[in-house]
Amino acid sequence: MAHLFFGYFAGMITITSILVVALRNPVYSALSLLIMFFHVAGLFITLHAEFLAAVQVIVYAGAILVLYLFVVMLLNVNRDDRYHSQWRVVAFVCVPLSIEFLVLLSGTMGAANRQPASLPVEPHTADNTLAIGRTLFSTYLFPFEVASLILLVAMIGAIFLAKRDIGENEAKDVTRVPGAQ
Amino acid sequence: MSEFGLRLAISLTQIAAVMGIVVVTVLLLTLAERKVLGWMQDRMGPMEVGPYGILQPFADAIKLFFKEDIIPAGANKFLFTMAPILCLIPAFIGFAVIPWGPNWTLEIGGITVKPFVISDINIGILYILAFASIGAYGIILGGWASNSKYSLLGGLRSAAQIISYELNVGLSIIGVVILTGSLSLVQITDAQAGWFWNWYLFALPAPQIFAFVVYVISSVAETNRVPFDLPEAESELVAGFFTEYSGLRFAFFFLAEYANMVLVSCVAAALFLGGWQAPYPGTILELLGLPSLSWIESTMWFAIKTYSFLFLFFWLRATLPRLRYDQLMKFGWKVLLPIALANIVATSIAVFVSQQMK
Repeated sequence: MAHLFFGYFAGMITITSILVVALRNPVYSALSLLIMFFHVAGLFITLHAEFLAAVQVIVYAGAILVLYLFVVMLLNVNRDDRYHSQWRVVAFVCVPLSIEFLVLLSGTMGAANRQPASLPVEPHTADNTLAIGRTLFSTYLFPFEVASLILLVAMIGAIFLAKRDIGENEAKDVTRVPGAQ
Repeated sequence: MSEFGLRLAISLTQIAAVMGIVVVTVLLLTLAERKVLGWMQDRMGPMEVGPYGILQPFADAIKLFFKEDIIPAGANKFLFTMAPILCLIPAFIGFAVIPWGPNWTLEIGGITVKPFVISDINIGILYILAFASIGAYGIILGGWASNSKYSLLGGLRSAAQIISYELNVGLSIIGVVILTGSLSLVQITDAQAGWFWNWYLFALPAPQIFAFVVYVISSVAETNRVPFDLPEAESELVAGFFTEYSGLRFAFFFLAEYANMVLVSCVAAALFLGGWQAPYPGTILELLGLPSLSWIESTMWFAIKTYSFLFLFFWLRATLPRLRYDQLMKFGWKVLLPIALANIVATSIAVFVSQQMK
């Protein structure tokens, strides 16, 4: 049963992620990305990581991808063929990836009999959210804080870059108001 | 395999029962809304169909069912058809984790069943948030696929509004989650047993009054209801993202909006007002010697709480004018968000101090 679910989710993830780059209509690409996010969440659930599955859907499917769709719809991207014939880039990415795949495949042939590394918590009974919280705020506290700081800096930077023009225009408008003199 | 079959049969029965209740509630709401609005505006509301107009929902349903189904020229047919379904499914799927009654377990044929909740998963509230955020896709795609500028602008507005206010909904819930220490709605309602001052709206050490207000305002905005119904501002955008929809597809959007209202009301009742818990400890039927019937009283309390929220939706619609779009965004990001964040900090400090005092 578990293998069946894994096969389904993994297959759908592969197909939809190929469709994301293969489809010509950007809105359809975004939608297949949505289907892919759902199947990644499904994969998390088969691993008893329900919290990660929910966060995957809330953050990626619910927030980030909606913003992608915004951009695609507002920019009115036509079915531009320019981006679909970049064979040199494809070769540059695909050759190392396939070599890596072959290396991994030959490596796992010998390791197939090995037992998986023992998990620190029993996944079927323990509270998944509690375990993630404990680990994040004890073992990985410093990386966690650094990551949140980087995100904050990125957010302030984005606001600064986007707001600069608006601020200048407003300043010009204010000087033109007749009552202000 | 027979155990699997039995489990499947029980789950399907539960799902059918819950879906039935929700659809009946939505039918009632369409009538109740028009009646309540009528009374508040000093008129009668619908009076023609059936005695006192009570068969109006059926007349509406039949009308929508037999209307011509129009797909505009130049519309994307596939997405135009998908959008109402994408809107409806997330609205209904959230009811799977709502506890309707006491946290009982039954033994049927060797498997344990919780009769009053379809699935008690340990991330209940996150599950609802996740699917609520998917509802935005139906709206945004419906707007885009219609190939009309009014629909597109309405869809974009609505999606922006839903994303903004979803954040406030999520943050206002965190206070309750900190107090309980669990994300499961069943455990959250169980923790509020006893007198009504144990409800998280009033509970020590950190009454969630501010979180409750933020949640109610944000959920009104998230369901695109007055005074936050910018996406369908008639004077600017005709009917927003469903301008081009007619017949059954329009009915799907309509159904999704009302099902979303019921869902957010259920969540508000479960999180802040003790869910199915009566305002007094135990139940009266239990004291009268009928403990096996006490679930009726519990589910009635849940229904009363949910329906008072739904009445609040109508009340707001009859009372308040629509906000301007920039006012809506400013209010969400500059007023509600800081309140929700301050509530999280205050709740965490209060819970920490009270744990240290023990």
